[in-house]
Amino acid sequence: MVRKVVYSIFLAIIVLALAMFFAAYPFGKNKMTVGEYYLNHGVAQTGAANIVTSVVLDYRGFDTLGEVSVLFAAAAGVAILFFLAGGTKREQEDLTKPNFVVRVGSRIIFPFILLFGSYIFIHGHLTPGGGFQGGSIIASGFLLLYLSYPGTRTNRDGLSIIEGLAGLTFVVLGLIGLFLPQYSFLYNFLPKGTLNTIVSAGILPIIYIAIGFKVASEFAGIVDDMMCQVICRGGGK
Amino acid sequence: MIYYVGSFLLIALGLYAVIIKKNLIKILIGLDLIASGVNLLIISIGYVKGGTAPIFSRAGLKASMMVDPIPQALTLTAIVIDASEMALAVAFVVLLYKHYGTLDIKKIRSLKW
Repeated sequence: MVRKVVYSIFLAIIVLALAMFFAAYPFGKNKMTVGEYYLNHGVAQTGAANIVTSVVLDYRGFDTLGEVSVLFAAAAGVAILFFLAGGTKREQEDLTKPNFVVRVGSRIIFPFILLFGSYIFIHGHLTPGGGFQGGSIIASGFLLLYLSYPGTRTNRDGLSIIEGLAGLTFVVLGLIGLFLPQYSFLYNFLPKGTLNTIVSAGILPIIYIAIGFKVASEFAGIVDDMMCQVICRGGGK
Repeated sequence: MIYYVGSFLLIALGLYAVIIKKNLIKILIGLDLIASGVNLLIISIGYVKGGTAPIFSRAGLKASMMVDPIPQALTLTAIVIDASEMALAVAFVVLLYKHYGTLDIKKIRSLKW
């Protein structure tokens, strides 16, 4: 009890400090100079209607490559952890069978989830969303499939191939820029096209589609590893 | 302004859960709450009064009407990193549960404090 009171006071001090710090930043006012610059020049320089996309993929494309690597490291970490622990795996009882509505409903919804996810990442440079969001939506479709049919197994080799090819697309597109006269990694070498059409913004939509596939296969792999801890029998893979 | 208050509350709630709770799953929920609070805070710093989303989706939209795109791009990164971090944390919790048969950090040896 004393502990709770002490820590509550401690938290109150933290929040107070935060509030005092942010009192200096009035809400809804000053934009940063960098943001201002991207808003004013983003369309002309990248050709993407969505400025957030052009920041993520063009101005800071290298950071996004790092972000994708972090995601890969996490997925690999989950797989390695479960693989190392595979020896002590205990027999688990069967899950209760999901009811009829869930099974049929998920079967109907699953293709639409895939469609929606791919819509999100194909239109990443035009509408809110992008590769990461679309990939997560597709992976959530896989999660739904796992929950409604506990016996589902995805083809892990296929997932690895998709993931590798998608990552390779990103890196190769970036490397091509190095061999052009501009000498910059992830240089946007394709024509910009007209604003607000699907084929615009040069390499950005291609990169976002690659990221979508990569994120979808990585998250599906994580879901597969997690579900295997509940369902799989015998000693690991 | 209410967004600042809300994000502070989320961060405080998350910290409270991380410090006080004994169940590992609840601690993870607390971590996620902190992350959501920080994301909300970053987004609301970039807000401009009356601004729309930074997307030139139709003619007549001017850059001066839009909110700052940088915090949104940063938050996009942060959300993805957060999701992968939570996946790794949940994997650790699953293994801890298999090893010790409990999620209570008081009962898990060498994690007591």
